[in-house]
Amino acid sequence: MEINDENLFSISIVIIIGLIFISIVRVIYVIYQTGKPLHSKSQKPMSTLIVLGSGGHTAEMINVLSALQKDRFMPRVYVAAATDNMSLQKASVLEDSLVDMNGGKVVSAKFMQIYRSREVGQSYITSIGTTLIAIAHALWLMIKIRPQVILCNGPGTCVPLCVIAFLFKVVGIRWSSVFYVESIARVKRLSLSGLLLYKLKIADQFYVQWAQLQRKYPRAHYVGSLM
Amino acid sequence: MSHRLPLCRVDRETHKAWLCQRLICEYNLCIKKMGEIEDSENRRMVFVTVGTTLFDALVRAVDTKEFKQELFRKGYTHLLIQMGRGFYTPTKSEAEDGSVAVDYFTFSSSIADHLRSASLVISHAGSGSIFETLRLGKPLIVVVNEDLMDNHQSELAEELAERKHLYCARPRTLHRTIADMDLASLLPYPAGDATPVAKLINRFLGFPDD
Repeated sequence: MEINDENLFSISIVIIIGLIFISIVRVIYVIYQTGKPLHSKSQKPMSTLIVLGSGGHTAEMINVLSALQKDRFMPRVYVAAATDNMSLQKASVLEDSLVDMNGGKVVSAKFMQIYRSREVGQSYITSIGTTLIAIAHALWLMIKIRPQVILCNGPGTCVPLCVIAFLFKVVGIRWSSVFYVESIARVKRLSLSGLLLYKLKIADQFYVQWAQLQRKYPRAHYVGSLM
Repeated sequence: MSHRLPLCRVDRETHKAWLCQRLICEYNLCIKKMGEIEDSENRRMVFVTVGTTLFDALVRAVDTKEFKQELFRKGYTHLLIQMGRGFYTPTKSEAEDGSVAVDYFTFSSSIADHLRSASLVISHAGSGSIFETLRLGKPLIVVVNEDLMDNHQSELAEELAERKHLYCARPRTLHRTIADMDLASLLPYPAGDATPVAKLINRFLGFPDD
């Protein structure tokens, strides 16, 4: 019995170490592959998640969307903070204009709201609880959407969604490409969400709108102003 | 048949009267419109906007005597203040010789109309407000809110000021900016373009270039 127990113990240790090793290798592989262009020259449309910030962020994102080919990026799902009513309204105006352009043909677009982890002025103690709820909600949304393409441009709302997308890549649920456009308001330094997604290599491609920012963050692409 | 004629006459009479009245009406309207056009030609409005923010330092700064005097000296006739969530209410006044007319409101759904009818815009440093004004080609002074903790927004205003698209000021120095500004030296802001981003995204995903 003792020998059996010992065997069982050592076997389970080996298995656990093995699993840890495999997941580390997998994480390194995912980080290595992130930022590498997709090889498949597929012409199939890709399901796209668009994370709308607020105010100026949303205006910039709408500009990006109007330059993208809608038949390639579909179905589209828009996500905005639950406290932000304007952003989804603006997105639905854009989608409505597409319906008109297609001669009344309904384009598949969905609009969803997400809880924010912390509202302006909320205390840090209560924000632990709300952050947990926000993460759970983000996970639930991502399981439902499983997008192939994620477009975001800050602020904080997009970070949990992008981190979950990264975990999906590691686990093998969905391989997605994350594109982050830093706001035009950021001239000298990246925003906190931008910095996180850049440093942790979660964003596949990172765009900045000022040349001096690109010099500071060499992996970023300078794309000129969107506004 | 016999009763048709008198009815007709009555009809004709009322019609005549109605026509007369309409003519008078249109004439009056015309006179009024001409007056308005003349008015708007002489009217040079300065529009101050704080968006949805609380920026009493700016509202206070544009409510000072020296600021209004400076505006009048520069040939402006009206000052319209959108004060947002601010608590400080500026003093309303009619146009008199030697001063500008002052009016204010908190929020409005027709900010775009006010921007369009303004000869000069003084705005908080929010990017939405800045680019909306620049796109309309209006001269713009951005006033940075020094009370904000994380004040990255001054970066944008300062950068655009360096490129001569607008003037950047602080509440305390605003009247001096008005005095020293030379609107002819401002350069028009070129419209933004999202095609470089779209091209890079497409290329990354393996979609062919158009």
